Formats: sequence, structure tokens, C-alpha cells
Amino acid sequence: MPDRTKPVRVGIEGISYSLTHVPDLVRYGSKPLRELRAQPALRPQLTKHLRDFRAATAYAPHQVYIGNIGPEQLSDLATPWYENLIDGATGEGRFGDLVDQDKFYAQLGCADRFELVKFDEKWFRECAARHSTARLPRLGSPAEIETRCAKGALPLYSAEKLIGAFEQGHDEDANLVAEVLLENLATKVTAAHSLRSVLNALKINPGEIEYVISCSEEAVGDRYNRGGGNLAKAIAEDVGCENASGSDTKAFCAGPMYAMVHGASLIQAGIAKKVAVVAGGSLAKLGMKFESHLKKNMPVLEDVLGSFAAILTAAKPGQPSVRLDSVAFHPVRAGASPQAMAESLAERPLARLGLTLTDVDRYAVELHNPEITVPSGSGDVPRTNYLTLAALAVMRGQIAKSQMQDFVRARGMLGYAPTQGHIPSAIVYLGHAMESLRAGKIRQALLIAKGSLFLGRMTQLSDGCSFLVDRNDV
Amino acid sequence: MQKGKKIIAIGERDGVPGPVIAECLEAAGYEVVFQVTECFV
Repeated sequence: MPDRTKPVRVGIEGISYSLTHVPDLVRYGSKPLRELRAQPALRPQLTKHLRDFRAATAYAPHQVYIGNIGPEQLSDLATPWYENLIDGATGEGRFGDLVDQDKFYAQLGCADRFELVKFDEKWFRECAARHSTARLPRLGSPAEIETRCAKGALPLYSAEKLIGAFEQGHDEDANLVAEVLLENLATKVTAAHSLRSVLNALKINPGEIEYVISCSEEAVGDRYNRGGGNLAKAIAEDVGCENASGSDTKAFCAGPMYAMVHGASLIQAGIAKKVAVVAGGSLAKLGMKFESHLKKNMPVLEDVLGSFAAILTAAKPGQPSVRLDSVAFHPVRAGASPQAMAESLAERPLARLGLTLTDVDRYAVELHNPEITVPSGSGDVPRTNYLTLAALAVMRGQIAKSQMQDFVRARGMLGYAPTQGHIPSAIVYLGHAMESLRAGKIRQALLIAKGSLFLGRMTQLSDGCSFLVDRNDV
Repeated sequence: MQKGKKIIAIGERDGVPGPVIAECLEAAGYEVVFQVTECFV
């Protein structure tokens, strides 16, 4: 029988995050695509409100995302953050980077195994070729690109100039139209970029990875296997993890938390020694709130694809770790109210370990950047979630009502992640949590993510998953 | 007073879910003709 009084820990070797800035793909986000088709006159307005790479790099929330600024520093910075850019900001962070659009297009070309994309040769050689790490994509003349687009290929732009064509994968399959394949390939290349980054940072040979779990938000498949998946293996192939297989873990925004639990369980069970948990960005969510941003005369802030990759191994002494004995799932019977969620995902698992809500040094909830969501009336998502936890602590007599704001300030943080669904959902904080754990600034953090299952119209239920991370001080 | 009043209830994942709004309003005598929970992120 396992000793249930001892913590069960799996080590987190490292995590890398990336933001890929793709202003010319904002038009292909689900919302802009629909609105621009209905109102073509919106396009010049959208174009006018797109940011350049320098502005995206110097944007404070992005600097937090890649690890150059601590989340606790955000509240000291002047707002709006998009008007108060960080002087001297760089695209290289302590645990992540920003990728510009030219490099992304080069990555797209390298990762395309079905000759879906063709670029303008002159443009590609001038702007993107230096970023190509593998074979060159198909290249052609501007006339060729125009002809392909006239025949139905999806046009790819750079600063409004036509520079490429992205073709469908099948004449009659709605799952293989160009928009869907671009979305899927964008997810693949952004996840692969983060996986390469974390392996380089940790000096791990890709051949050492035995299993890859992708928890991205795309649906790869054809008409007979819609969402059939295993993008994980395609990512493993792209990065050269030749000894790995993999699978996908899907649970809407809670996917990364389940993927971390599944990955840690493979390690704990002795099935794999090194597991990569990865996610690429969601192209569909680009420009989701763009209409509100235009109305407020703000830049369109949803212009980046978020990705991450984490490496899990057996826990070493002193290493930041996933506490498998703290894992909590949101059961069917629990109910979907915020209080029921907080009870299932925070109060009960903590109680199981003999802890109360006030014993946790930091909570990571859904860390959506409020500067993106508030202008559209979607509210400050992390603040709402922190107040729910604080209110539960009041109900249980752990703090006084007058201490709620202190609870939120001390144990929470401002949101800094782009609205990329699975990316803001707690996992975005893991890099900062690891640094704070190593520095002894916090003893543990509880990561909590929720998933909106009802969006798929199969159940009215919500979902969620949580776990503690702490140091393996044995 | 509520009898015969028709309601569309739109809940929010991080706030009050649609079925909860519907249940409260039905208990108060309203007729909920449609309820949905949305996720705005």
C-alpha cells in the first residue's frame, strides 16, 4: 500500500513560453473573419489598430509572460499598459520569447508536410529565409501566388502585402479547408517552437523525450475523424523527438492542467522518464474582442499566439514539483456555480492535505489580461475568481470580510495572459511559480483552471482541475 | 405579476450560470423560454 501521509511529487525540469506576434493573421481569427465578411469596410479600421512587433514586445503583460517582469510588479506600472510601453524591452525573456511574423511564416513553411503553403520567393528570401531551420517551403512568383488565391487559396499577408497562399487539403472536406489547416499548422509550429526552446534551455537532447502530450485547442482530423488528434506526435516529429510518441489531452481551457496531471502520472507510474507537455496557440481566438478595441480606439491586443512547453521528470531534491496527492477534479455532481468550483478545486483538496485557503501563498487562476477583457464588458476574470476564493475563506471563518481585498492582493495577481483560452488558465504562472519557489519567496502555489464544456453543446456542465506546486524538500 | 412574463436567461461561466438563473426565475413564476451559459474569454 502506498504511504498516503507522504507527499507524492513529480519534478518540473523547466517550462518555456512563447508569444508569436501575427498581426496579419488577426483577420483570420473567428470573430474578425465573420465580421469582415459581413462588413468589409471594417478592414481598414482593423489594420489601422494593429500593433507592430516593437509595441507587442514592449507591452508589459507580454514582458511578464516571458519572464522579464514579475506579475507582482504589474500593479506598479502605469496604465493603460498599451500606452506605457516598457523602455528597452527585449523579445528574449528569462523563460520565454516573442516571435515575429516573418519568423512564424518561415516556421510554417518548414513544418508544412503537405505542400499547403507557397510563398512569394523574393519576399521569402529577403524576410523569412534566414529563419528557416529545415527545408525551404515552396516558393513562387507574385503572379503565381495571386493565381492560387484567385482559385480559392487563403491569402497570407505581411504588412498588407500579399506574400503567400495557403491551400485546402481536400476539395470536399470541410475539416481540411485552408482556414482549418492554417489554424492547425499554426498550433503545431507555435507548440514546436516552445518545445525546442525548453529543450535548448535545459540542454536536453530531443531523443530523450519519451512522451509528448499536447493540450492545444485545435481539432485535427478529416471528415471521418473530426478532432481525431494526436497533434502531439506531429509536434514531436517536428522537434526531432524521434523516440517519443504522444497523445492529446482536451478539456477546453482546463486541458493544460489535465495534461500536466497525466504527464506526471506517467512519470510516477514509471511508464516514461521524461515527458513533454505542450500547447500551441489558438488562431481562432485572434481578435476575439477587436470590435470593442476599435470602439475604444485601442490597439487590437489579441494579436499573439500563446504557447508553452514543460518537461516533467522524477522529482529531484529541491526541485519545483507537481504534488500529485493534491490533484483535484471537478466532479459531475459538484454544480457549476463559482462557489461549487472553488470548493471542489481549492477548499477540499487543501483540506485533504491538512491545509486551509489561507495556507496557500499564491493562487493562479485564469489569468486573462483585464486590459483585453474589460473594454468588451467581459470583466476582470482573475479578480472575480480571486474574490470568490476570498469570499469562501470568509464563509469558512478563515479571514474577516474586511480582509478580502488583502487576501486578493497577497495571494493573487493581475492577469497578464492573452485571451488564448488554455494558455491563461493557470499554467501561464508556472514559470514564475518555479522561480519564486526556488528563491523561497513562496512555499507553494495552487494552480486552478476551469473549462467551459457547455460551449460544445454536449453538456451544460463546466469543468475544472487543480494541483499544488511546491519544492521537493524531502 | 410574474405570470406569463417570458425570460431569456444568459449566464456567465465566471459569474452565475444560465441554469441557476433559470431555476430562480422559474421558482419566482417567470417562464424561461431560453437559457444559456456563455464563456466570454
